[in-house]
Amino acid sequence: MKIIVNGETVETVAETLARLLSEQGLGDAKVATSVNEVFVPKTARDGQPLNDGDRVEIVAPRQGG
Amino acid sequence: MPVFYGTEVASRLMLGTAQYPSPAILAEAFRQSGAGIATVSVRREAGGNRAGQDFWALIQDLGVTVLPNTAGCHAAREAVTTAQMARELFDTNWIKLEVIGNADTLQPDPFALIEAAAILTDDGFQVFPYCTEDLVLCERLVEAGCQVLMPWGAPIGTGLGLNNIYGLRSLRAHFPNIPLVVDAGLGLPSQAAHCIELGYDAVLLNTAVAKAGDPVAMARGFALAVEAGALAAEADPMEPRDMAAPSTPVLGKAFL
Repeated sequence: MKIIVNGETVETVAETLARLLSEQGLGDAKVATSVNEVFVPKTARDGQPLNDGDRVEIVAPRQGG
Repeated sequence: MPVFYGTEVASRLMLGTAQYPSPAILAEAFRQSGAGIATVSVRREAGGNRAGQDFWALIQDLGVTVLPNTAGCHAAREAVTTAQMARELFDTNWIKLEVIGNADTLQPDPFALIEAAAILTDDGFQVFPYCTEDLVLCERLVEAGCQVLMPWGAPIGTGLGLNNIYGLRSLRAHFPNIPLVVDAGLGLPSQAAHCIELGYDAVLLNTAVAKAGDPVAMARGFALAVEAGALAAEADPMEPRDMAAPSTPVLGKAFL
């Protein structure tokens, strides 16, 4: 299926958000996530299904003012 | 020293972490500034991009309290989701709430700010709203649960200093018990000293240090300025007056 990850269209077989993070090489990274503009806590990633067209955001700490 | 939501911080200077020439200069600028709080953000990370992981290691080494922001958000819902992601990433209930209403001035959207502040407070956040010096807006933010107010001095990144000294002074007089921070627009240490002389608890700045030719020296300059400002504020300054008054004794002057 195709989903949108950080604004880019991605072809994936990941059925959950946790699997998508592993697929992206971020399984153990310090990141936070949302699906379709709703925050998904780390503890809920395993149970968060992904569907065709979902919009996923993956963010990490960054410089800020 | 300022107390934010029950936590006392060791400096009146809060410093941003963006735009430095290098991570090493950022770290040295922080050491010289004595800043107790560092502002940070959350940004996209995917694929081969691991920049956030390196940055997190750098911030942890600074040994400062982290204040995440919602920079770049233009709607209350967007700011709330960003804050929720920041809370998990940085393990803090503190959030510098930015909801921008105008792209040219980066002026906060007062209506969305109040809406987001109320939602976040109900969700257990301790909100540091980046706001204007508008008294009514600030009253509404306090009603929404904010126990800190952070009015701008001037638009972000301009270095124009304090555009509305009267407004900032009025705010201080109106909220004697709410910690007040001038956030954004400062360009020089003298402007930071002025904020503290006005009775403000702290200043928050980034560009003035990061984009100076020598960020480390400028960081030290701001550290000394907020210390000078605090000494002046505590020393009960004289009242200004319109007419001159000689400081040298008139009595005993030679008659020539």
